[in-house]
Amino acid sequence: MRLRQIVNSLGLGVKAGAAGLDAEVTGAYAADLLSCAMAGARKGNLWITLQGHLNVVAIASLAELAGIIVTEGKPVAVDTLAKADEEGIPVFTTGLTTYEVAGQLWEMGVRF
Amino acid sequence: MGDGSALLSVANGGWLDLRAELHVHTVLSPCAEVEMIPPLIVRRAQELGLGIIAITDHNAAANCAVMIQAAEGTGLQVLPGMETQTREEVHVVCLFDTVEQALTWQGTVFDHLPLQANNETSFGPQFVVDAAGVLVRVEHRLLLTATDLGLEDLIAQVRDLGGVAIPAHVDRPAFGLLANLGMVPAGLQAPALELSRRTSPDEARLTWPELARWPLYRSGDAHCLADMTAGVEVRVKAATVAELAMAFGQTAGRNYAAE
Repeated sequence: MRLRQIVNSLGLGVKAGAAGLDAEVTGAYAADLLSCAMAGARKGNLWITLQGHLNVVAIASLAELAGIIVTEGKPVAVDTLAKADEEGIPVFTTGLTTYEVAGQLWEMGVRF
Repeated sequence: MGDGSALLSVANGGWLDLRAELHVHTVLSPCAEVEMIPPLIVRRAQELGLGIIAITDHNAAANCAVMIQAAEGTGLQVLPGMETQTREEVHVVCLFDTVEQALTWQGTVFDHLPLQANNETSFGPQFVVDAAGVLVRVEHRLLLTATDLGLEDLIAQVRDLGGVAIPAHVDRPAFGLLANLGMVPAGLQAPALELSRRTSPDEARLTWPELARWPLYRSGDAHCLADMTAGVEVRVKAATVAELAMAFGQTAGRNYAAE
């Protein structure tokens, strides 16, 4: 499924890394511990988390993820956005909880 | 502070009144600036009037010995330490008296870290250097990640080795104990809780009333020279971790300036 399609369906705010919006999404992964995401998320996954600090981009880059959805309206640091733009990794925000976003993605057919 | 510290101590009734900056990174930490090499850290510590600094790289202690070497003859006491990351992704400042203890702890930590290579593009380079700051080798193991040690277990093991463990920057939203655990676990065996530069002890106690009875102090968590602070004032008999623990506990005449 194309990332753009998901973004439109869920009404996600694109905050950075728009260069990566044409990526093919392989699935999704939800975790707030970075070490879990690093070990568990698969290449091309969308990462759902409420962490908005700089390290999330490093993890997404390392694990070759399709993008990061920061949930619950949590703040995304300015340096996170800058790094995401630099790396072309899309960062989205939503006011919904991780659980709700995961549910919506699941209903769209996105699996793990 | 020259080597007259011994004289100062005698004149002061055996007491040392020192400023301690207990959270300093070197170039071994991937997120640290390239200026964090022994001679520059020592010089900055002297400019700040520090009597004690602790070297606390992420999950590693390889630059401790050379930091101690670089400070020889200056009167600055360097404590070998580490900033270890628990499985809950809480950062803990681990302080020791000897390099031997710190390296033993490093061995344990390496046993509990996932065996993964560092990615310099994502995290930054990790440099082991000599006392002059010249590159000795690159650390290829990923240091900026979590061990599988739980917080209480980590603290117990550090204490068993003769060190002290202090949860780092508990006020920080990322890798801070309060953010990740939601509260200070009952019965936590730490002499104090560390705050980041951004929060004073008074502010912290207002925001988190549960901190009322905890000794609190601010550290630089220095990743660049400008991050280093003038530290916390302590009154001790010697620059050792046991004395620091007593200072935070305000026991047996030891004390700390609670800002």
